[in-house]
Amino acid sequence: MTFFVITLIKAALWAAAILLSLLYLQWIERKVIAHVQLRLGPSRVGPHGLLQPLADVMKLLLKEDLTPAGAHKFLYLLAPFLAVSLALVPVVVLPFGPEVEVFGVRTALHLADLNIGVLFLLAVTSLGVYGTALAGWASNSKYALLGALRSSAQMISYELPMAIAVVAPLLLANTLSLQGLAEAQGGYYGGWIPRWNVFQLPAPQIFGCVIFLISGFAETNRVPFDLPEAENELVAGFHTEYSSLKFASFFMAEYANMITSCAFATVLFFGAWQPLWPEAKGSGYFPTLLFGLAGLVALYHGLHPARPKDRITLPVVALAFFGLAAVFLIPVVRPVLLPVFWFVLKAGSLLFTFMWVRATLPRFRYDQLMAFTWKFLFPVAMVNLLATGLLVAVYGK
Amino acid sequence: MDLVLFLTFAIVAVGCAVNLVLQRHPISAAISLIGVMASLAVLYLLLGAEFIAAAQVIVYAGAIMVLFVFVIMLLNAEAERKTGRSLVARYIGIPSLVLFLSLLGVLIHALYPSAERASFGGFTGGTPQNVGRLLFTRYLLPFEATSALILIAIVGAVWLARKEAGE
Repeated sequence: MTFFVITLIKAALWAAAILLSLLYLQWIERKVIAHVQLRLGPSRVGPHGLLQPLADVMKLLLKEDLTPAGAHKFLYLLAPFLAVSLALVPVVVLPFGPEVEVFGVRTALHLADLNIGVLFLLAVTSLGVYGTALAGWASNSKYALLGALRSSAQMISYELPMAIAVVAPLLLANTLSLQGLAEAQGGYYGGWIPRWNVFQLPAPQIFGCVIFLISGFAETNRVPFDLPEAENELVAGFHTEYSSLKFASFFMAEYANMITSCAFATVLFFGAWQPLWPEAKGSGYFPTLLFGLAGLVALYHGLHPARPKDRITLPVVALAFFGLAAVFLIPVVRPVLLPVFWFVLKAGSLLFTFMWVRATLPRFRYDQLMAFTWKFLFPVAMVNLLATGLLVAVYGK
Repeated sequence: MDLVLFLTFAIVAVGCAVNLVLQRHPISAAISLIGVMASLAVLYLLLGAEFIAAAQVIVYAGAIMVLFVFVIMLLNAEAERKTGRSLVARYIGIPSLVLFLSLLGVLIHALYPSAERASFGGFTGGTPQNVGRLLFTRYLLPFEATSALILIAIVGAVWLARKEAGE
């Protein structure tokens, strides 16, 4: 019985966290891209545009829900549903932390530890292509169909180097369970360098990591591989004909896929929740230090205000940061918050890279995209896998 | 719990399979087939074959059926028209199906009289480790032969699809 209750609580918590981060990821992305391009980004709704996502949700809710003439009704409805649900399912297996004891109850932070965790993730993400493909086909529109065709071809092609890049860290960890993968990356070389798979001897997975991330860009249909929705050729690609909440589902699915890709990369290559340097050398106080510093900066600017209203708002922000810093010192919640902090920090840095790339790089041409994966990425992933296999076989674990 | 899940997904699998035959549009039929594959994967999972379940979804639902749907979309296949059914199919079809299934049942029973019934949770040898060990020891030859066969098929497909030099 307790198992069910705890699982329900965890499920509710993770679901709330994921949905909230989906909402605000879009705001963060607009802000990041705006600042990269020397613009301000959303700034009208709420302070720094913080309420913009809520306004967007309201707008999407109130829009008219259109179904184009000649659309295949059932599949037209099924596609956004498939896209968003398949994008959200992988959260179930992501390992956010080790087993911890909270208020006398011993539990793991993740929802499920499957011994086929990696395969489960690959299976669910490989089904994601149906959302896109069916959306394009069921809309009965040329642009949508072209977008869907491009997307299917691209996702099938990039799944190959991605899957092969995934296999190499599995050789190092000798397990298919995501929890096992995370645990296998514990420990440090010389007391400082973490034994994450990017650094793991005998075969550091630097190339594997880069290949995985590049394929991740393509799998989530992001710049520079966003040909399925190339707006100057295809209007909006596969979701051209969608409006209102159905459009919002595709939007959510894209961001959920991004989160999954980054979290998966974190688990495979960056040691999941393992801290950057050992707990014994004070990595446990890093979050407190980080938020404390942020609070100090805010306080300094509050005391030397550039605008009159900063005198009041910035100290409040500083107080919030100090509060966060203090929360990380409470002994009861520390064992839960610290692993989650490191996990979110790593996955968040990767998410930032996704946004950075989107703000910086132009789009590929279609033939370049295909040539790149089949003639370059796939062979390199293969060589990486063979080299890893050889090194693991010779030097062992 | 296991029985409820089994019945649910067995019904879904059979329902999707029947729908696959009844649907007139190729895309609807393909979607039904994906439904069959996915519910079969759940049935494998219930029987303790975790690796097979995951492989079923990755290979069939995630790769092969995507290509099916892709080709149907590319060819822009239209819904098929119903033609007058043949009299043979109408009157002998279902009786012969029943006959075939019962013959199959009798044959299997005759061939394996002492076969145990499958039970939920009774089999735990479906982990990737077990499957991998078997593939690389006991079934190495069939495994490698299959790989070679698939490679030959790929080379053949590429050869057939390539353009002639003169064209």
